[in-house]
Amino acid sequence: MAKDQNQNYEEFVKGLWRDNPVFVQVLGMCPMLAVTNSAINALTMGLATFFVLVGSSFLVSSLKQFIPKQVRISSFIIIIATFVTVIDYTLLALMPKVHKELGAFIPLIVANCMILGRQEAFASRNTVKLAVMDAMGMASGFMIALFTLGAIREILGDGALFGVKLFGDNFEPWIIMILPPGGFLTLGLILLCFNWFTVRKQQFLEKVAAAERSGA
Amino acid sequence: MDNLFWIFISSLLINNFVLTYFLGLCPFLGVSSSLETSFRLGMATTFVLIITALCAWILNTYLLIYAPYLRLVSFIVVIASTVQFIEMVIKKLSPVLFRALGIFLPLITTNCAILGLAIFATNRSYGLVEGLIYALGAGLGFTIAMVLLAGLREESELSDVPALIQGTAMNLIIAGILSMAFMGFAGLFSAV
Repeated sequence: MAKDQNQNYEEFVKGLWRDNPVFVQVLGMCPMLAVTNSAINALTMGLATFFVLVGSSFLVSSLKQFIPKQVRISSFIIIIATFVTVIDYTLLALMPKVHKELGAFIPLIVANCMILGRQEAFASRNTVKLAVMDAMGMASGFMIALFTLGAIREILGDGALFGVKLFGDNFEPWIIMILPPGGFLTLGLILLCFNWFTVRKQQFLEKVAAAERSGA
Repeated sequence: MDNLFWIFISSLLINNFVLTYFLGLCPFLGVSSSLETSFRLGMATTFVLIITALCAWILNTYLLIYAPYLRLVSFIVVIASTVQFIEMVIKKLSPVLFRALGIFLPLITTNCAILGLAIFATNRSYGLVEGLIYALGAGLGFTIAMVLLAGLREESELSDVPALIQGTAMNLIIAGILSMAFMGFAGLFSAV
């Protein structure tokens, strides 16, 4: 039982950092860059993706015996598209303003390669419980990435977070950050920092290993 | 006529699909390592986009006025299967053309630019001709962006880039600078 719990935890945590869909696997870039011009848009997009990914992982892993191998990709896409339609209409009813700002990018969740990738690589081969844990981890990792990017861009480009002004009147907003080029530049710099961390960690581990060898 | 021209220029330069709407980033970052491949992929994408615009118009006019909530599902299914069907037809009729586009066609179907085009064209309620021109502009715009990035990447292979920034990080920063350059085209509209 303890082992079982451990595995659930492991599937959940790997999506947050080690296999983060955006920073490590570089998947799902289109919605990532297009909707992160403010923190609230980024968060809504993250939640919508969370719903779609968890829902379709659940359905795919429970139906895996009934889906013929030859048409599995098309079946996954139809399942994903159904969940996206549901969230599209839900957001339209509950948050019309945000829905309008996100515009065509809500339906475009269907084309997020991360979601299809998880179905093919994980949900269609594992039990329902593990698939849901994996989906929750991946979706949370995606949400963290979206929120980081959205917050950085809103703070620099608008001097605000969630629409609340952070600086005094003297702050000159860095407009380019909320325009399209800002998305590319910010993500490029974040990936640069991520690479730097990875390299540093590797060097550290090598040092530890070398020290252990010489000690022994 | 004037309107059609503006739709073309707008989707080609001002609202470039890759650099302004961030659509089709996966092939943009993934396949743009050589000029030759980028150009072919761009042409194949233009072709698929035109087919998409046609399919989207047919679906919108004849089917989706009765069942608007099926829009997403039917777009995906119809576009994917049409592209597969055309792939088979090309393979049969013109093996040369098939070799030129062949490997890319199935990849393109899952490109978000395809679905994005169908959705944008619907949202703006474009007619058939407007939709086709829009698709042509978007496809050529995609090709221009791909070829520009591929050219810059080929050049950067020869220069001394720090190991830390190589790969996706550098491509994104190059894309950011390209995107800034394309923002200059926004001035075209106010010139009218």
